[in-house]
Amino acid sequence: MSIDVSQFHQVFFEESFEGLDAMEMGLLGMQEGSPDMEIVNTIFRAAHSIKGGAGTFGFAQVSEFTHGLETLLDQMRNGQRDVSSEAVNLLLQAVDVLREMLTAVQQSEDVDCWRVNEVSTQIEALLGSDSDLPAAEAPSEATASGWLIDFKPHPHLLQTGNDPIRLFNELRELGQLTVTLNSAGLPAFSDLDPEESYLSWQLALEGDVSLAQINEIFEWVEGDCDLTISPLASADTAEVIDEPVAVEDMPSPQAEIISEPAQAANTVKSTAAESKKAVKNDAALASIRVSTDKVDSLINLVGELVITQSMLSQLGENFDPSRLAQLIDGLEQLERNTRELQEGIMRIRMLPISFAFNRFPRLVHDLSGKMGKQVELQLSGEQTELDKTVMEKIGDPLVHLVRNSLDHGLETPEKRLAAGKPESGLLQLNAYHQGGNIVIEISDDGAGLNEDKILQKAIEKGLVPAGEQLSADKIHELIFMPGFSTADVVSDVSGRGVGMDVVRKNINSLGGSVEVVSERGVGSTFTIRLPLTLAIMDGQTIQVGDQKYIIPLISIIESVEIKPGTVKNVTGKGEVYTLRDEYVPLIRLREVFNLDVGSDTLDEGLLVVVEFEDRKVGLFVDELLAQQQVVIKSLETNYRKVTGIAGATILGDGTVALILDIAGLQAMYRDPALAKPLRTIQAA
Amino acid sequence: MANILAVDDSASMRQMVAFTLKGAGHVVTDAEDGKHALDIARGRAFDLVLTDVNMPVMDGLSLTRELRKLANYRFIPILVLTTEAGPEKKQEGRAAGATGWLVKPFNPEQLLATVKKVLG
Repeated sequence: MSIDVSQFHQVFFEESFEGLDAMEMGLLGMQEGSPDMEIVNTIFRAAHSIKGGAGTFGFAQVSEFTHGLETLLDQMRNGQRDVSSEAVNLLLQAVDVLREMLTAVQQSEDVDCWRVNEVSTQIEALLGSDSDLPAAEAPSEATASGWLIDFKPHPHLLQTGNDPIRLFNELRELGQLTVTLNSAGLPAFSDLDPEESYLSWQLALEGDVSLAQINEIFEWVEGDCDLTISPLASADTAEVIDEPVAVEDMPSPQAEIISEPAQAANTVKSTAAESKKAVKNDAALASIRVSTDKVDSLINLVGELVITQSMLSQLGENFDPSRLAQLIDGLEQLERNTRELQEGIMRIRMLPISFAFNRFPRLVHDLSGKMGKQVELQLSGEQTELDKTVMEKIGDPLVHLVRNSLDHGLETPEKRLAAGKPESGLLQLNAYHQGGNIVIEISDDGAGLNEDKILQKAIEKGLVPAGEQLSADKIHELIFMPGFSTADVVSDVSGRGVGMDVVRKNINSLGGSVEVVSERGVGSTFTIRLPLTLAIMDGQTIQVGDQKYIIPLISIIESVEIKPGTVKNVTGKGEVYTLRDEYVPLIRLREVFNLDVGSDTLDEGLLVVVEFEDRKVGLFVDELLAQQQVVIKSLETNYRKVTGIAGATILGDGTVALILDIAGLQAMYRDPALAKPLRTIQAA
Repeated sequence: MANILAVDDSASMRQMVAFTLKGAGHVVTDAEDGKHALDIARGRAFDLVLTDVNMPVMDGLSLTRELRKLANYRFIPILVLTTEAGPEKKQEGRAAGATGWLVKPFNPEQLLATVKKVLG
C-alpha cells in the first residue's frame, strides 16, 4: 500500500507557521541569563515538531536546517548553554529563515540557499565543532550460516509489552528456527506470578543472517533479558569466511533508517512539483480558520430557524384571523433568528486582532535594537475581534504608526534619563469595541509632538500661512496633511515618502478615522476607529423627493431644523448654515441628484450635519426615516464608481437605496465639476 | 484488526498516522497530549498505544509510566515515536515502560511494518 503524504502538507504548513509564531513570541519574551524554562520548552517543542514533520513529509532541507536549531535549544533546555542575547537573536533569524523556507516549499518555489547557509553556519559556529551528528555506532557486521541464541528474559519483560513469541516469529522470517524451551526456572504453581516471565529459550537460527539483523529484532528487549548470540558451529563456517565482500555490503540498520526516508522525500518532491499550480492557489491566504464553537452556534441558529419556519408554515396552512397574534409572534421570532444568524455568520469572518498585533513584539525588538532605544511593548485587548478584510488592510497603517512612535515618539535612554523618565520607553497597543466600532490605540510615553517644530515646518511647506495662530489640536492635525514630514533625517525606520497622510487615507478608505492626542514631554496616543466589518453598516435612511438614501450613521453629528435667518449666501461658496459659532456649507441633495420632486423650502426640511476628516457639511433632506443596519452592495462591481455614492443596499420593501459617500459629496461641493457625471446618471 | 491510540501534539502527524493505520483496517483514536490520551485510555481498552515523546501538558514518557500503572495497560504494547534514537533516549523509553520505538521521520510503510511487527 502506498500512501500519498502530500495530503497532510497543508496541515503541516499551518501548524508549522503557528509553531514559528509561538517560537518568535517565546524568544522575544526570553529573559537573558535566567530564562523561564517553560518558554524554552515550548520553543524547543515547536522546533522539534517542525523538524519531525518536515522529515516525515519529505522536506529534507527544512528538517536538516531545524536540526542545528533544535540542538541549540536542547542545550539551553538542559542548562548546558546560557541564554545570551546573541543566541536569541540568532534563533530569531533562524525562525525567519524557517518561515521563508516553509513558504517557499509551500509554494513550490526555490529556497534561498544563501540565506539558509548563512544562518546555519552561524548556528554551527555557536554550537562549536560538536554539532556534528554523533557517529553511528559501528554495527556488528558479522554473518554466519546460522546463530545460536541464548535468550533469558528478565522476570519483568512482559510488563514492557514485549512478547517472546513475537520475537520468535520475527526470527522465523529470517531462516530456519529451532526453539528449545528451558523451563527449569518455573516455580511451583502456588508460587507462580502470572505477570512474570520464568522461562528461557535456546534458539538455533539457520540461514544467511547477519548479527545486525538479529540484534535489530532483540533491540527492544535489550537490557530486559540475558542474551548471548554466537555463531552456530557448523561445517559451513569456512564458506562464510570466504565471503567478506558480501558482508561489507550489508547495510547497517542505521544506514537503512537514514536512506529510506530520503527516497521517500524524492518521491514526495516529484508529486509536489506535479501539483505545483494547485498548491500555489491553495496557499493559506484564501482560507479562514473558524473555531468550532462558532460553527456549532451557527448550526444551533439554523436549527432554530428551521423550527420557526415549520411553525409558520403550519400556521399558514389553515390560517384564521383569530390566530393573528400567533403569526405576529412567529414573525418576531423569525426576525430574531435572522438577525442572530446574520450576526453569527458575520462572526465567522471575525478574527482576534492578535493576528495583527503578533508581529509587533518582533518589529519593536528589531527596531529598538537598531535605534539604540529601550522599549517595553504592552499589548492589551488582543482578543478583540474584527473582520478579516479590515484586519488585512489595517496591518500596514498600524506598522507605520508603531514605527512612527518608535522613531519620533520615544527618546533614547540618555534623553529619557535627562528628562527624569525611566530609561525604558513604554509603547502600548490596545484594542477594544465601542459601539459598532473597533478602537485601536497606539500610545507611547515619549516626547510628544513638538508643536513649534510642526508649525514651523507647515509654514515652510506652505501648508499654513506664516504668522497664523493655531491651537495645539489644530497643529497636531497638520501631521496628517499630505506632504508633511518632520523627521530631521529621513530614517530607514519610519520609511521614506509615506507619511501620516497616507495612513489617514488608508484608514478613511476603510470607513474609519485616526486622531492624535499628544502632550509635550508626556507622550502621544494615536486612536484608530474602524467599523467592525465592511459588509454591514449602520445607516440612517433619509427621504429626498421620491428617493430614499442612506447616510452612514458614523458620520452624522446631528440633525437640525433650519430656523429662518440661519442660512446665508456667501459669494463663491454657495449657501452656508450657521451652526452655533461655525459656518457649515449647505448641500441640497435634491440638486445633487437632480430630482424633480422634493422641497426647496428650507424650513420644510431638515439639515443633517455630517462630518468627514474634521470638515462638516449640512445635507438638506426632506425627511429622516428609520435607522437600520444595511448590507453594502458595491456599485463599482455592479455598475461603475460614482463620486458621492459609496454603494447601494436593498431596503426591506425590496427597493434599492444608494449609500451616500460623505467624502465624495464634500469633494463635489468644493469642485462642482465632479458633480456632472452624477447628474447624467440620474437622467439616464 | 486492532484498536490503536495515537498520541501526538502535531496535527499533521496525527492525521498521517490515523490515515495510514485506518487504511490498514485498524480503528484509530487520537489525542493531542499525554493528559488527553490518559483520559481517553482510562475509559477504553486499546491493543496498542503509539505516542510522541515531546508534547505539552504531559510528555510521552510520563504517559507511558502512567499507563503502565493502569491494570488494563500493564502488558499492552506502547511504542514511542521519537526523533532521538540515541542509546540514552532508548534507555529512558525502556525505563518508562515502553515496548519499543519508531524513529522519526518515518513513512507510512515503516509505520505499518512496525505496527504489524508489534501486533504479530
